[in-house]
Amino acid sequence: MIEVDKKTFEDEVLKAEGLVMVDFWSPKCEPCKELMPFVAEVAEKYEGKAKFCKLDAAANKRLSISQKVMGLPTIGFYKNGEKIAELTKDISIEDVEAKLKELI
Amino acid sequence: MSEVYDIIVVGGGPAGLAAGIYGSRSRLKTVIIQKGRPGGQAATTEELENYPGFPRGTTGPGLMEAMANHAESFGTEIIKEEVVDLELDGEIKVARTKSGKEYKSKIIIFAPGAAPRTLNIKGEQELRGKGVSYCATCDADFFEELDVIVIGNGDAAVEEAMYLTKFAETVTIIVIHDEGILDCNKVSAEKAFANPKIKWVWNSVLEEIKGDGIVESVVLKNIKTGELSEMETNGVFFFVGTVPKTEMLKGKVDLNETGHIITNDRMETSIPGVYAAGDARVKYLRQVITAASDGAIAAFAAEKYLAEEGGFKEQVLNAPKPVMVAFWAPQIEASIAAVSELEKIVDQLGGSVKLVKMDTYRNEKVAKRYGVEEIPSVVFFNNGEVVAKVSGSISRDVIMNQLNSLINK
Ligand SMILES: Cc1cc2nc3c(=O)[nH]c(=O)nc-3n(C[C@H](O)[C@H](O)[C@H](O)COP(=O)(O)OP(=O)(O)OC[C@H]3O[C@@H](n4cnc5c(N)ncnc54)[C@H](O)[C@@H]3O)c2cc1C
Repeated sequence: MIEVDKKTFEDEVLKAEGLVMVDFWSPKCEPCKELMPFVAEVAEKYEGKAKFCKLDAAANKRLSISQKVMGLPTIGFYKNGEKIAELTKDISIEDVEAKLKELI
Repeated sequence: MSEVYDIIVVGGGPAGLAAGIYGSRSRLKTVIIQKGRPGGQAATTEELENYPGFPRGTTGPGLMEAMANHAESFGTEIIKEEVVDLELDGEIKVARTKSGKEYKSKIIIFAPGAAPRTLNIKGEQELRGKGVSYCATCDADFFEELDVIVIGNGDAAVEEAMYLTKFAETVTIIVIHDEGILDCNKVSAEKAFANPKIKWVWNSVLEEIKGDGIVESVVLKNIKTGELSEMETNGVFFFVGTVPKTEMLKGKVDLNETGHIITNDRMETSIPGVYAAGDARVKYLRQVITAASDGAIAAFAAEKYLAEEGGFKEQVLNAPKPVMVAFWAPQIEASIAAVSELEKIVDQLGGSVKLVKMDTYRNEKVAKRYGVEEIPSVVFFNNGEVVAKVSGSISRDVIMNQLNSLINK
């Protein structure tokens, strides 16, 4: 997964071609860290079919809020610079995979 | 057949981890199945209070990581999966996970904890993760220099509100009670009253959360006057209690009306070999220390149960000849006399019957199962089945009568 931040978000996510999945997390968010290893597995499984990024929301607060993300964990799906879907709170990895399949 | 564990613990919060520690220290093959990282609710609070040995508080994630390491260092296996279905009736219990795997064991200790209660207020669901939160440590960072409100006034609400003041500009606690009355402990209440960043709205409840894609304001209702008022805010944190994660146990073990698992003081549920520990259980105080205590008791009781069951099976049910099981107790004279009489008889018969002595109070389950109500009692087994029972005054003649009919069969 590609680690993005306020400097790279624009290029890596908004200007990217095709589907981009962004895992918003923070080092203090335990549920995020519960989920992260499973997200990485999914990213590996679907490599090439979408782009997979993660963003430390605590370190990039303004950026996250501009994306209307104010709670963690959140997984956003982007296409052509726009957020087309989002999962937030109580996310199970099965939900992530199902959403991803639907969008690919 | 796939391997069979001695103990499966469902859930790796403080209750499950303590059960893991006690289970593996008794050299039982113990596995904790935990959805994601261990730690539970306790790992979601930065300011963990009340756990003995840490007077200045400790961090939830820190304490939970130490508990998980402790369990693993004694051999507890921790598997990151979510249990979705259980088969509890047989002697071997089965736990099925979301990924479709099956785990088998002789004992299940259920420690799934609880999840934050939601109030289903207008806007609550839609604005989740958009300013509506149930976890201060997860989301506090977003609210630096912003204003938030907290719903609830118990220990968790007031302590988390205090944590939020490290980030937010103001934290307004909405309290349903009259001014000055809080449900939390006195120390936390005093600290909160002295904190200049904390503001209070009394006699009020939350009516609605408003915002276009992100929380912008809330509507509060004064329960005394019925008056509605709108207040601008950037975040709404709910700490209004929890609901037990016991959905999958419905119809399988006895639950109370709020969905909490009913146990006795050994943590036994309504099904033999199935135990419960922690917040998911019917209990008086839900804290880390009591969760850990429940886990310890459950694993200890499970060990005794396994020893009792295993021993009984080997010595009595699988024995190749008739067995007399003598239920006695050291404090009951008559039962001691009965045992020595039985020993003489067995000696005389030269090995054609076997005598198993059971201290009734140490083997309550077995005694109960075979309906032993009086000490002494003798229960006769042949090929694993009960064939006769004698209680009260145990004379040589009565015993010989039973044995003769058994041996001559
Ligand atoms: C915000 C907050 C602050 C608190 N502050 C304090 C404090 O300062 N001091 C204190 O003593 N207590 C505090 N508590 C209470 C304390 O956290 C709980 O009493 C304690 O964590 C309960 O432990 P538990 O093991 O029963 O359950 P939990 O901690 O809820 O752990 C249960 C675990 O089981 C897992 N699980 C559930 N179902 C399944 C399944 N089907 N398959 C796999 N895994 C599953 C869950 O993911 C979870 O990790 C606080 C609670 C909250 C919410």
